[in-house]
Amino acid sequence: MSIDTPTRPPRGASPTRSREAFAAHIRRTVLLEAEIAGSGHYGPSLSCADLLAALYSGFLRVDPADADRLDRDRLVLSKGHACSALYAVLADLGFFPAEELRTYTRLGTAYGDHPDMKKVAGIDFSSGALGHGLSIAVGMAVHARLRGDGARTVAIVGDGELNEGQIWEAAGYAGANRLSGLLAIVDVNTVCVDGTTREVLDYEPIGDKWAAFGWAVERIDGHDADAIDAALARFEARHAAGGAPTVLVADTVAGKGIPAIEGMAEWHIGYLGGSDLATALEQLGTRVEEPTDDHAAPRPIATEEGH
Amino acid sequence: MPLERRTTVLTDPSSYDHEGRAGYPTRSIGSILADLADEDPRIMAGSADLTWSTFLADFPARHPDRFIQAGIAERNLLGIAAGLASCGAVPYMSTFSAFASMQSLDVIRNDHAYTNLPVRTIGTHTGISMGYFGSSHHAIEDIGALRSIPNLTVVSPADLVATEALIRGTVDLPGPVYFRLGRGASGPDVYETTSEVVFGEPTVVRRGSDILVVASGITVHAARDAADALRADGRLDVTVVDLHTIRPFPAQAVADLAAQHDAVVVVEDHVVDGGLGTSVLTALADLDVGVPAYRHGLHDFAIFGPPTHLYRYYGLDAEGIATVVERVSDRAPRDRTIPLWEEADRSRVLAEQQAADALRKPEITFA
Repeated sequence: MSIDTPTRPPRGASPTRSREAFAAHIRRTVLLEAEIAGSGHYGPSLSCADLLAALYSGFLRVDPADADRLDRDRLVLSKGHACSALYAVLADLGFFPAEELRTYTRLGTAYGDHPDMKKVAGIDFSSGALGHGLSIAVGMAVHARLRGDGARTVAIVGDGELNEGQIWEAAGYAGANRLSGLLAIVDVNTVCVDGTTREVLDYEPIGDKWAAFGWAVERIDGHDADAIDAALARFEARHAAGGAPTVLVADTVAGKGIPAIEGMAEWHIGYLGGSDLATALEQLGTRVEEPTDDHAAPRPIATEEGH
Repeated sequence: MPLERRTTVLTDPSSYDHEGRAGYPTRSIGSILADLADEDPRIMAGSADLTWSTFLADFPARHPDRFIQAGIAERNLLGIAAGLASCGAVPYMSTFSAFASMQSLDVIRNDHAYTNLPVRTIGTHTGISMGYFGSSHHAIEDIGALRSIPNLTVVSPADLVATEALIRGTVDLPGPVYFRLGRGASGPDVYETTSEVVFGEPTVVRRGSDILVVASGITVHAARDAADALRADGRLDVTVVDLHTIRPFPAQAVADLAAQHDAVVVVEDHVVDGGLGTSVLTALADLDVGVPAYRHGLHDFAIFGPPTHLYRYYGLDAEGIATVVERVSDRAPRDRTIPLWEEADRSRVLAEQQAADALRKPEITFA
């Protein structure tokens, strides 16, 4: 199966910044959106910032100029409460002007605290009620296989979200049907709302559960850019060979990048105001750089031409 | 499982963590249920990772052995409740209304109602009260879904006093009960004592003679304030009735009240199809009461915005309700499917708010 047909979106709709600066920019945007709203999902948005930076630094074949094309790769942010991070990504790639985020959560906005696919370009599916997203992604992956254009589907789920039974219904279907084009990423930030995932409902060993459902499992550091890229490349190779769906069990830190709140369930939602916001921005500041005029070259991916 | 909160080392007084600026209330649905559990060994409680958000945290603190933490698994939580109830417990399970009522509807229908077991489901943050969290977190169809289920009792308290009255008033019912709560603990008070709210009987909050306003839950305080404003200005003399018991529907009581007025306005934080107004219309038709009744509620998935802005946008705050009641009085249109809170009203509110928002925080740039 050739997936590099001329109709595919160009690989690497790319951010305007270097990779490290892109992740820092996502985090900075999350903080500023929370300042607009007066409240933010800091913990779960900051934990997946490096994962989103990796996926949208040339890996996902998406086209901001033609956001709805059928043969694009798709991302379902099943943990939709992290969408303030995804908005930052999509704005940077050019799906919509970044300044529209000034309306975030304000009356009449397109940018709510959970994403709406009918309002925001680049959002591939609306989410917010947990447990739904992986089934949606299975449907997208099945359709891609029927089309035969090689489009890939990624679902980002939370580790707490694994408590939802529907996740395992979808996992069972994908494993049994060998949906190689489906990539699930579990953002294991280890906190829910009522406490740590260990306290609330311990689902470890997470990887063993996915393996039992017939998935190829990799456990990675969800903040290590090289480790994420390497795992994405191995997913591509697996997809090309036509095997099991892949799950990346990504160990992350809730609130990553803001030392005062890292790892705290108390900061699933909250507000960093005034001097606390200034401190947090300062801590990110050294890694935030100005965007370049033309888009930076996408990071090379090992299996770029490997199909 | 111990539920403890750590404090964050922060410097700015405007910062707040998950429990918010105001801290955790001393009295809440959790403390009400914990008090009840002190007296009644059947009482249990549980949540799906929203113990704090649904104001239940006092229960596990005081009765840890009688608490179920299901994690993020609402259907499982309510299934566990059915098993507990089949063994003689009376479990109160809380999560956001959108997940309690609609995501878990099949469990409520098959495992609570069909079996007629004394499970109590507490859905908080109903209607559009989650504001900019968006439609995934709004529960604007839950009454419509729940009102059709045999054996199920549905109640909708207007404040914490009413919540206590209705919890105690239904504790010995043999079948399942669904509690539709506004934002859980906060919100303006309507009642002073629990004796004002009797399960099954609508409570007249304001007594007038011109128009009957029917409200329930989070809209009762706004309807009351609208009635007070209309009366203070000498414009209209309005009755406000709190229809806290939604199922079984007190049809005769509503019909009797309606017959004493020129018109009825039903205010609902819900779509108008299948909501409170549908029950009112059915009751008036069934009991042959010829008073016109208007449904004032939602007609579509809501837009995004802060909760108070959304209530204003949809005319569900005191000012909007007063406007709609006046229009009923002035126009008495024959086609009652035409909304009395119009597109022009919504556009005006949106324009005013967007103009105000444009001036906020000019120092923030996202580029």
